[in-house]
Amino acid sequence: MRLVVDLNRCQGYAQCAFLAPDVFAMHGDESLLYNPEADPAQREDVMRAVAACPVQAILLEITDEDMANMVAPDAVAGAGSPSGGAR
Amino acid sequence: MTSTGTHDGSLEQLKREGRIVVVGASLAGLRAAETMREKGFAGSLTMIGDEPYEPYDRPPLSKQVLLGNAVADHTALPRRRAIDADWRLGVPATGLDMAARRVELGNGDAVEYDRLLIATGVRARPWPNAEEGALKGVFVLRTRDDGEGLQRALAAGPRRVLVIGAGFTGSEIASACRERGLDVTVAERGDAPLVGALGGVIGAVAAEMNRENGVDLRTGVMVTSLEGDPSGRVRAAHFSDGSTVEADVVVVSLGAQRNTEWLSGSGLGAGPRGIACDAGCRAFDVRGIVTDDIYVAGDVARSPHALFGYQFLSLEHWGNAVAQADTAAHNMLSVSADRRPHLWVPAFWSSQFGVNIKSVGVPPMGTEILITQGSLAERRFAAAYGYQGRLIAAVTFDNCRWLPFYEQQIEATAPFPPPFSTVDRRPEGTKPMPADFPDPSVPTHGPTITLSGYSPADRKMTFTPGR
Repeated sequence: MRLVVDLNRCQGYAQCAFLAPDVFAMHGDESLLYNPEADPAQREDVMRAVAACPVQAILLEITDEDMANMVAPDAVAGAGSPSGGAR
Repeated sequence: MTSTGTHDGSLEQLKREGRIVVVGASLAGLRAAETMREKGFAGSLTMIGDEPYEPYDRPPLSKQVLLGNAVADHTALPRRRAIDADWRLGVPATGLDMAARRVELGNGDAVEYDRLLIATGVRARPWPNAEEGALKGVFVLRTRDDGEGLQRALAAGPRRVLVIGAGFTGSEIASACRERGLDVTVAERGDAPLVGALGGVIGAVAAEMNRENGVDLRTGVMVTSLEGDPSGRVRAAHFSDGSTVEADVVVVSLGAQRNTEWLSGSGLGAGPRGIACDAGCRAFDVRGIVTDDIYVAGDVARSPHALFGYQFLSLEHWGNAVAQADTAAHNMLSVSADRRPHLWVPAFWSSQFGVNIKSVGVPPMGTEILITQGSLAERRFAAAYGYQGRLIAAVTFDNCRWLPFYEQQIEATAPFPPPFSTVDRRPEGTKPMPADFPDPSVPTHGPTITLSGYSPADRKMTFTPGR
């Protein structure tokens, strides 16, 4: 699970730090620090953070590897393996 | 057929079966490749990068990586989509044959193109004395490997870190050191940190911020030499004022050099200040004639900007790499009437000592500054830069939500000083003062914007009219 925050857009609303505190953290009053390769266990939280960002500054890619770790192998075969990024 | 240019058979053919080569596999190269595929480019796409890694993000390297909050090899950039490229990683481009439309590689291979995008970026300026620069414990910070090495060195608990150069990267490194509880000395040739990028008024605030956080800040001095111990590990640095600082980690943070050497002799308009291009990202050749098939984007590009007097701007900004790559990719696959100009308003951010610094416009173009909101002493403010009666840039410290407002004002060529009042205007914000940028002919460390074609320091230049 890779992510990048466009810090030109980021305005320090801190929604991400609230929803996924293991991945995003405020540094001072309005600077954001984040872990660009978050643990797959954080996937739900990160997706909530992406959705909640008021300026849509977070770009997230769920990699094939993440999918394989999340879902049983036979379920993936039926779903048609997604490749590349998902916002 | 509509006027969108679909009648152009050669363009349709390019999109269907053309060969596009991207030199530079970092942020700009990756985003351009994604845009090309999004626009329906179905031909062959080759991505050439001198580092062995897929595109990764650099800003975290001087922030969360040094703090130990993220791992350097975990900064690979997320993809917006699959780009189905032929990756040539770990091999540098070494030459360009414009007539044969061919890029030569360091391993002897060559790749032919119909369209070429050059996004080779910049590299850290090394310590000028190679022998001293090779001492163990001396670092620069630009690449993933640099970030990992420096992080390890900081984690080992050095007794003192010396940072040479107080631009944004140097200041962020100093901030990370203090946060880790390490003693750190910062040496800056200018009068204050960030002075080249933001001027002396803001530089003074940055200096206070450094000192209050326990940084041993030395300004107006140069490091004249680095001294190693018998085992080849750095142990001290000697300063121009005669003083000596003992340090077991030294970070050379003296700005960047553009990666254009591989183009020397190619006939492309490339030099130490980047590759000149038109507003549509098409590269100029050495005669100043625009090329049809070679495009540039990112840190290595220099393009004219209507909003800033058509000066050729060269921007080492993250957002510029993304926006310019998008425009270049669009234009590479468009007929001339459909091409777009790259007129992004410069913007950057930095995070240091827990303060969020953001800027829009071109501060070094400003001659005056006005604190429009908040106060310097509180380190929470917005300041506007003026140039010949126009608002040309703004900077905020922990006040970033106001920045889009100033960006609109800059785009609208609003007057300076601003005739309007603002929220939280203080007495100190009633009168503009000199922005106090250093003499541009005396380079300082840190400016990430190069304002014009040639540096005023390039005094050896002579113009010889041709035939």
